[in-house]
Amino acid sequence: MNIKLVGLTKRFPARGKGTSGEVTAVDSLSFTVPDGKLVGLLGPSGCGKSTTLNMICGLETPTAGQIFFGEEDVTAAPPELRGVGMVFQNYALYPHLTVLQNITFPLENLKGDKKLSKAEMRRRAVETARLVQIEDLLDRKPRELSGGQQQRVAIARALVKTPRVLLLDEPLSNLDARLRLQTREEICKIQRATGITTIFVTHDQEEAMSISDHIVVMKNGVLMQQGEPQQVYDDPANLFVAKFLGTPPINVFDAAVKGGKLYLKGADAPVLDVPGVPDGPVWAGIRPEGFVPDGTGPVACALSRVEVLGRDVSIVCTHPACQADTIRAIIPSRNLVNAADPTVHFALKPDKVFLFDKADERRLPFALSGARR
Amino acid sequence: MDRSSRKAWLYLLPAAALLAVFLVYPVIDVLIYSFEEGFNFASQSYWGTGWYNYSYVLHDPYFLQAVQNTFVLVIITVPVSTGLALAISAALASIRPLRNLYQTIYFLPYVTNTLAVGLVFMVLFQKTEYTDGLVNLMLRWFGAGPIDFINGPHWAKMFVLCFYTIWVVMPFKILVLTGALASVNPDYYKAARVDGTSRTRIFFRITLPMIAPMLVYLVITGFIGAFKAYSDAVALFGTDLNAAGMNTIVGYVYDMLYGDSGGYPSYASAAAIILFVIVLTITCINLLISRRVSEGGVHIQ
Amino acid sequence: MTHTEFEARRKAAGRKSGFLKALTYLALSIWAVVVLFPFYWMVLTSVKSYSAYNSEYVPSFFTLSPTLDNYRQAFTAVPLGGYLLNTLIFAVITTAVMVVVSTLAAYAFARLRFRGRDFVFGLFLSMMMIPNELVVITNFVTITNLDMRNSFPGLILPSITSVFYIYLLKENFEQVPEELYKAAKVDGTSDLKYLWKVMVPICRPTIVTITILKLIECWNSYVWPRLITDDQAYFLVSNGIQQIREEGFGRENVPAMMAAVVVISVPLVLLFLAFRNKIMEGASRGGLKG
Repeated sequence: MNIKLVGLTKRFPARGKGTSGEVTAVDSLSFTVPDGKLVGLLGPSGCGKSTTLNMICGLETPTAGQIFFGEEDVTAAPPELRGVGMVFQNYALYPHLTVLQNITFPLENLKGDKKLSKAEMRRRAVETARLVQIEDLLDRKPRELSGGQQQRVAIARALVKTPRVLLLDEPLSNLDARLRLQTREEICKIQRATGITTIFVTHDQEEAMSISDHIVVMKNGVLMQQGEPQQVYDDPANLFVAKFLGTPPINVFDAAVKGGKLYLKGADAPVLDVPGVPDGPVWAGIRPEGFVPDGTGPVACALSRVEVLGRDVSIVCTHPACQADTIRAIIPSRNLVNAADPTVHFALKPDKVFLFDKADERRLPFALSGARR
Repeated sequence: MDRSSRKAWLYLLPAAALLAVFLVYPVIDVLIYSFEEGFNFASQSYWGTGWYNYSYVLHDPYFLQAVQNTFVLVIITVPVSTGLALAISAALASIRPLRNLYQTIYFLPYVTNTLAVGLVFMVLFQKTEYTDGLVNLMLRWFGAGPIDFINGPHWAKMFVLCFYTIWVVMPFKILVLTGALASVNPDYYKAARVDGTSRTRIFFRITLPMIAPMLVYLVITGFIGAFKAYSDAVALFGTDLNAAGMNTIVGYVYDMLYGDSGGYPSYASAAAIILFVIVLTITCINLLISRRVSEGGVHIQ
Repeated sequence: MTHTEFEARRKAAGRKSGFLKALTYLALSIWAVVVLFPFYWMVLTSVKSYSAYNSEYVPSFFTLSPTLDNYRQAFTAVPLGGYLLNTLIFAVITTAVMVVVSTLAAYAFARLRFRGRDFVFGLFLSMMMIPNELVVITNFVTITNLDMRNSFPGLILPSITSVFYIYLLKENFEQVPEELYKAAKVDGTSDLKYLWKVMVPICRPTIVTITILKLIECWNSYVWPRLITDDQAYFLVSNGIQQIREEGFGRENVPAMMAAVVVISVPLVLLFLAFRNKIMEGASRGGLKG
């Protein structure tokens, strides 16, 4: 079952004394989550992604717009009739109940013909616990569990009523770095095993990129771009998306286009052919892996240092047109750069360079000479 | 003793001296008093030691009346005030506008002089030859006859005492419970809503267990406080509580010490120690029950 | 289910919760009236004239001819002003001495190192369990033997110490980083100066809180003053009002008695309104009543 949001909008009354009017948390958001996929809802904090999640699960009522689960319009449905399971950022496990009691809690709410016997509740809870591998912990209290185990209990509690949709709010933010890697694979595995359409919210682009089938990037309540992670990375729709995805981040230069050629600010020689882009000032974003050391290359940077990372080499240098203090370039091996040289020259990979309009920061596409894309 | 130790003791000295004279010594002394038979305050002499003081107190009809009154007061006011405070706090937690105003109003009785405001209650409930009083006026709207709550039947006096006691202890309980309710993480309620949990079930399965420690604390302090009831009764019925039949254990202690019965510190001490033992026992029972319940709660499905 | 069905359900749920909300406000307002009504009644009665009050067989809920006569009567028939002054003196001295004594003791427990500190502190804590009713008897005898009945020292001395406030202050003092103490020691600051210049200013909120709570406690104290004073010149307000009620004009002149009640209650209500948050926060940390 897919999830479709149509023009979803949420406005809150402005908080704080002396302020009036409203704050728009989510602004006419429309996108579709494909059936059975794991979708990352990504954006900086305060971008409206949690509000969106709350509207999908029914904790918040949209100001305008609609939410469809498959063909069904659930915009006005209360949470319990939507068939959603939700995992909260701090897990919200009831501290006075055991793991088993926490997992059976949602089942005990079922009424009428859906009502389950005690034995059936237990059977389902144990089955779900087995799925997330906590069947040995059923008699413990939440405070006796590690963060990762609590996370699994929370997932089990969300899954036990076999929801149509699983929602996770910042599922990894309360875990330490090592557990985070392990848990994100676990979430991925559980989602594959159950095939439930899953949406998770995160501000960590690496997390979203690594496990999502599909990512949705938001900023200030507005949809920036959506698609498969690799596709969004390779083809960002605007400067925000280009800057938000990728570690190390993209290097942004103040530049201009004249006669189909790209000039970095303050340099006379063109650095790249960009056919099809109208003349004028632009932002030029160059991915770290877009730099190719080349003694005759058009981009000359002052070398600060060379960091050996093993498989790759990170070259830290500066350029007057660059918006950040330093440029980071990632190259496969170090034998092309002499760390003692004061200057390093680069050629650019055209498919790793993106141009953006200076006014609205939209992407300005240009034709690539090669056939790489 | 080195210099810094000496300095520390110097800082402690005022507090320690006062506590020793007015707290530690009296506790020991009161025990001794309670076993000195036939103590004479004027000559500071006594003629024997033993359990006579306890025996006297336990056979004194005034003391038995006081014990009975105190127990009735405790059994009525503690559950009623705690339950009412819980209901009011839960109601307060569910609203946003005007919440602060209500909280401020509800706290007012805490800062009032028990004796002074008690007189207002007396005036409200009293029936004199000039007027039946406001409460009786309202009773008449419901067709109930005038009752003198201050000088009338014992149950009526007990009712006023309980009513006033509850009025006085509510602010503290509401304050503590509102704080406890506010400290429950709202995510628990969100999680419960996603699962379609009903209001009642949320209250009994989530809210109540979460604030249980505070409830236990309130019940225990409530018991202790109610056992020490005294000035509420004085405010309503005057200082001669024995004559009104409304004395409390603490009132009996003070009356024995001074006042109309004239100084019998030995009897007062025996009564005070009996009170202390009762309070200690009840507190221990409370603690045991609350531990049993919180452990047993695991097995309640 | 269809969208319209969900809409209908939500409307029904909204109506139900609106009804519940109205019911909640109604219940809360009823309790607010129960709380406020005695205050209203005491002010109202205090401005009814003596004759008007006594002619009302059915009490009226308002008066059209308010008078301040009762207040004049309350201050002239009994030394109410004297009671107020006594209470003020008693409350201020007791509180001031309590704050100083408690601060010194709390500082010793929190910062100074001495042998047996934890043991002594444990002893202090265990004293919190001693109920006032137990010690009052001996204190009464002690003060009587010292010939301090009907005197301010007799009133004040046993009322000063509060183990609980020492405990509160000690907890607060311990939150001040130890580095500050070490830095002050390195600079050669004396302990007393450090306490006065660093600890007290940092912990002022707690000190203010316990000051207010103690003031309230003193203003309302009844049992001890009643035992220790039988001379009207040393009566505090609680004893004064009781005296008025039983032997003074309170027996027949209810409006004048209510005027006295208003006069006694107003200072505390004003104090409460001025320090609402402090008092409520302090009370929730360690209640006096209840």
